Amino acid sequence: MSKFLKKIYTILIFIFLYAPIVVLIVFSFNNSKSRGSWNGFTLKWYIELFKNEEIMKALYYTIIIAVLSAIISTIIGTFAAIGIYNMNYLSKKVALNINYLPVLNPDIVTAVSLMTLYRFMNIQLGFLSMLLSHITFCIPYVILSVLPKLKQLNRHLAEAAMDLGATPFYALRKVIIPEIMPGIVTGALMAFTLSIDDFVISFFNTGSGVTNLSITVYSMARRGIKPEINALSSLMFLTVLVLLLIINKRTTKDLEKRGDIA
Amino acid sequence: MKQLKWLSYPYIFWMILFIIVPLILVFIFSFTTGDIRLNGDFQFSIENFQRFFDPLYLKVLGKSVNLALKSTIICLLLGYPMAMIISRENIKKRNVMILLFVVPMWMNFLLRTYAWMTLLGKNGVLNFLIKKLGFTPLNFIYNDNAVLLGMVYNFLPFMVLPIYSVLIKMDRSLIEAAEDLGANKVKVFLKIIFPLSLPGVVSGFTMVFMPALSTFVISRLLGGGQYMLIGNLIEQQFLWTGDWHFGSAISIIMMAFILIGMAITSKFDKEKEGGGLW
Repeated sequence: MSKFLKKIYTILIFIFLYAPIVVLIVFSFNNSKSRGSWNGFTLKWYIELFKNEEIMKALYYTIIIAVLSAIISTIIGTFAAIGIYNMNYLSKKVALNINYLPVLNPDIVTAVSLMTLYRFMNIQLGFLSMLLSHITFCIPYVILSVLPKLKQLNRHLAEAAMDLGATPFYALRKVIIPEIMPGIVTGALMAFTLSIDDFVISFFNTGSGVTNLSITVYSMARRGIKPEINALSSLMFLTVLVLLLIINKRTTKDLEKRGDIA
Repeated sequence: MKQLKWLSYPYIFWMILFIIVPLILVFIFSFTTGDIRLNGDFQFSIENFQRFFDPLYLKVLGKSVNLALKSTIICLLLGYPMAMIISRENIKKRNVMILLFVVPMWMNFLLRTYAWMTLLGKNGVLNFLIKKLGFTPLNFIYNDNAVLLGMVYNFLPFMVLPIYSVLIKMDRSLIEAAEDLGANKVKVFLKIIFPLSLPGVVSGFTMVFMPALSTFVISRLLGGGQYMLIGNLIEQQFLWTGDWHFGSAISIIMMAFILIGMAITSKFDKEKEGGGLW
């Protein structure tokens, strides 16, 4: 009996989690503009979607900003993680705590604080301010995914390389970076998805016609529901699903590898 | 490897410029008045904080805290049994179930909330089904319950995951020992399982309470245009009214509430380990 109850409960929770997503996907193929009725299968919203200039422009900015902020935050974050890891106890603690601030602070506080900064520095809100903001909230996550790999790294490896005549930079390039590569890649993927997904910080720190997909969805949803958004959601869901499966495969492979050694 | 310390210097500069300075600026803004268009002409004042004690704003704060607490408690009540059920499965099934739990979370937050508009709306799917069954359509959207539902839906995984990760690490022999010594299921749960899972509950609590308190998207989309939570108030001050000083003061008050929440919950979290999700 209790086993049966557990099953029912699990199924109900998963229905709750997936019902909205399934509805969006189903209605992206609905011929009727209204959500109340089913009017036959169509692909026209997918075609409309690619013809919609507002959405296409937002998609373009979303991808450009995600790629740029992933690259830049991965570079700065990886070096920062290596540097912070080699600091003494106190400065390490201070640096990591400050690094945690954007993770812990509510998005809206990070957003308005950055907005005030740009105001103060006379930076026009637009592409640059949005990119800088995205880099700022992505770096902490890169650092948090690189640090555990550095802890696993054998300290003597780099020292041995340097004893054998490698310069610190050469040791970094040939020993440290290859060893922590899985952490760097995870960090980069995380930065990319966080940037694609961001709404609050982008919403406050953009201007001059630069928007991303989240902002477009927000303004369209407020004006009334458009079937193109359903098509867009289905495509985005599919993209995220594929990305997630790749990340998941990477981590399980990682686990298996570790299992082999142990 | 000490020679590599300098690699962090660019980021330290970045942190000072983009994390510390902006927070200091918000702090300064909250304690000054002046016209935002005339840079630098600010006078020290606590007017912004005094203004917040107007019953109008206090009501908004009360409503936000109330809704955030309610959604956190609902998430806990729904999420704890779920985490327990998943943690009892074998490793393969467990991983699949957790993955299934995470997948919706990775879908764009806006789209997830928008999806509920499609379900709950006046001409939405639920009302369509109700009409088909011959009942009169109900008003699901643009009220407190819709906002609450949106919060629970969006933040439930934040509650389940930390509790789950504590539960799977729990030493099963403790439970077996208690059972051998004659404790019934309820007693085992109250005396062993729940106390040991507290760190997960605590981090779940903060991870749901924080975004629920600061949201302005869920309240705007599911609560309607006139719906005001503290997040909407900040949005309004910064983007529409242009009173950045008052907006900054509200941000500081919100941060204070979140810090208090974290301080209270960390009291319960003696091991300081948390769920280890982030």
